[in-house]
Amino acid sequence: MAQSTGDQHSTVEQQAELETGFPGGVVPPEQGNQPPTKAVEGSSTWSLIDRIGLAFCWFLGLLFCAIAAAIVIYLLIQGIQYLKLDQLTTPAASGFTEGETGGFSDAFIGTLILGVAVGLWHGLWVWLVEYGRPRPLARMTELTIEAIAGIPSIVLALFGTVIFTSTALGFLSRTSEGVVFGRSFFAASSMLALEALPLVVASTREGLNAIPRHVREASYAVGKTKAATTRRILLPTARPQIATGGMLGLGRIIGDTAIILVLLGATQNFAPVEGAPFPLDYLRGAGTSLTNFVYEASPTGNLNQPEKAYAAAFVLLMLVLALNAGTDLVHRRAKRVGTWSH
Amino acid sequence: MESLSAPPPIRRLDPQDPTPAQEAAPATGTNFVAAKRSIAAPQFSIRRMEVDKVSIHYGAKEAVKSVSLPIRQGEVLSLIGPSGCGKTTLLRSLNRLTELTAAAKLTGSIRLDDVDIRLIEPTLLRRRVTMVFQQPNPFPMSIFDNIAYVLREQGSRRVKKKPLEPQVHSALQRAGLFEEVKDNLKHPALRLSGGQQQRLCIARALAAEPEVLLLDEPCSALDPQSTAVIEDLIVKLRDDVAVVIVTHNLQQAYRIADHVAFMYLGDLVEYNSATRLFNSPTQERTREYVSGAFG
Repeated sequence: MAQSTGDQHSTVEQQAELETGFPGGVVPPEQGNQPPTKAVEGSSTWSLIDRIGLAFCWFLGLLFCAIAAAIVIYLLIQGIQYLKLDQLTTPAASGFTEGETGGFSDAFIGTLILGVAVGLWHGLWVWLVEYGRPRPLARMTELTIEAIAGIPSIVLALFGTVIFTSTALGFLSRTSEGVVFGRSFFAASSMLALEALPLVVASTREGLNAIPRHVREASYAVGKTKAATTRRILLPTARPQIATGGMLGLGRIIGDTAIILVLLGATQNFAPVEGAPFPLDYLRGAGTSLTNFVYEASPTGNLNQPEKAYAAAFVLLMLVLALNAGTDLVHRRAKRVGTWSH
Repeated sequence: MESLSAPPPIRRLDPQDPTPAQEAAPATGTNFVAAKRSIAAPQFSIRRMEVDKVSIHYGAKEAVKSVSLPIRQGEVLSLIGPSGCGKTTLLRSLNRLTELTAAAKLTGSIRLDDVDIRLIEPTLLRRRVTMVFQQPNPFPMSIFDNIAYVLREQGSRRVKKKPLEPQVHSALQRAGLFEEVKDNLKHPALRLSGGQQQRLCIARALAAEPEVLLLDEPCSALDPQSTAVIEDLIVKLRDDVAVVIVTHNLQQAYRIADHVAFMYLGDLVEYNSATRLFNSPTQERTREYVSGAFG
């Protein structure tokens, strides 16, 4: 468009002609020995505003790529530099030198516990959504879930405090002389589950709705019950979307700090409740997670050992990337199985 | 769960008995359908289902109006008619699939081997009256598992693959698919061609050992060659199961059906043997429809 860019009234054909050098923008099939040029739609035939939009999209896209790459590369370099494997196996301890303060095994395991616990909660929620009967109750559940999507996690954390410090729920956390602490893996994971729930429910619903009705009916038409159809046809088919939702949800709870601080107690180590049977003593006790450890180890935290913060952040990043890779695997396997024409 | 009376007697057809068999087209009749009937006359006929004054309402709309029909093993019954005439609704009510879409209300009675189907538990009924749909819809699992899913108890995976093999193979054989897929039974079913997928769906429907097989426009998404294969298959199956097929394709109905029911706006306009209905329809509407005047 070297000449006459100011000509606002040139038609699309005229512009295409300028583009290709042939009348009407139509490239003749064969010109002597020249191989035929392929006629393509070029953005230079677009209006100015469209072209500005396109440039803006490219700019933002590349900017985001650059930011993401910078974060990952920076953390990779810093993390690998400071990460020692024994940090994953030794708990934090009090001390004055870096060697004395130990690693962050409790925080690491704490994050894993939260992930598993939230997964279990979600089983319950998905079940509620699929079998939501009677209808008005199901609709109300849906509305509630949509409402939860907009609540900041610190509000959920405060709400959780109110619930889990009630005397009736004392068995879910530590009690001392009638006072309920309300800080435990039970309390934190239930509120984290609530936080991640909208993401999981939305993509699960999307996955289930994408299955054509006649496929469900085909299962009913060979005498299968709704339960059997859900378990063997619907959920396996929606697996990629459920995995995506789970990944988004887990990513969100792994990164959450407010609920950890308020409802998990954000201690340096596990504080199991004495006298309770094995898994329950830890689940009823307070604990910590990697995000909290990163906060504590950062220059603003009590620990103030940025190297360990980098190492822990690196582990956190690896967890999220592993989740991504897992989801990708589920998607690729589903693609191999194929789908219906509609 | 066998709440059945004695099976109805088999009626061997006398070659002279003209009722359900194919008759020569009357000399006066005009053959409206340019298709060849390649199938032989049925050898026998057993009454399996009886549709008795059935009306189906969707709210205020009456989709099917007091329809009565016999469904016989040994014959292919074809339901024809323009879109929205209630033929698919009628077909889906035969195994109580209409009940899944809430508002449908059925009056009259449908009997399977002289038992009202409302007295038969739906999952049991749907194993005795199975269905194949318009769109090929194999489940997203292997070819083998598609059949095995039907054979196993509800959602269970408990019966191992080995003991199920003979049943899976025979179902695939009955659907004429076994030779093509026997070496890759572990392949995903959704990777088969459209025609093969539809035959897999027929195999799946046959695996439940049904008495009646319902087909809802099974060839409308397929190419002519796959259609021909499936039509041959349907005719072959008529001795083992009563076959009811809904079709938009008049030629297809003429090629494979022994009896044809023409429905229009919920009414059963005419029910007759295929040759009679196409060659010398008694109703004006049927004549117009099969000659392409409307629909």
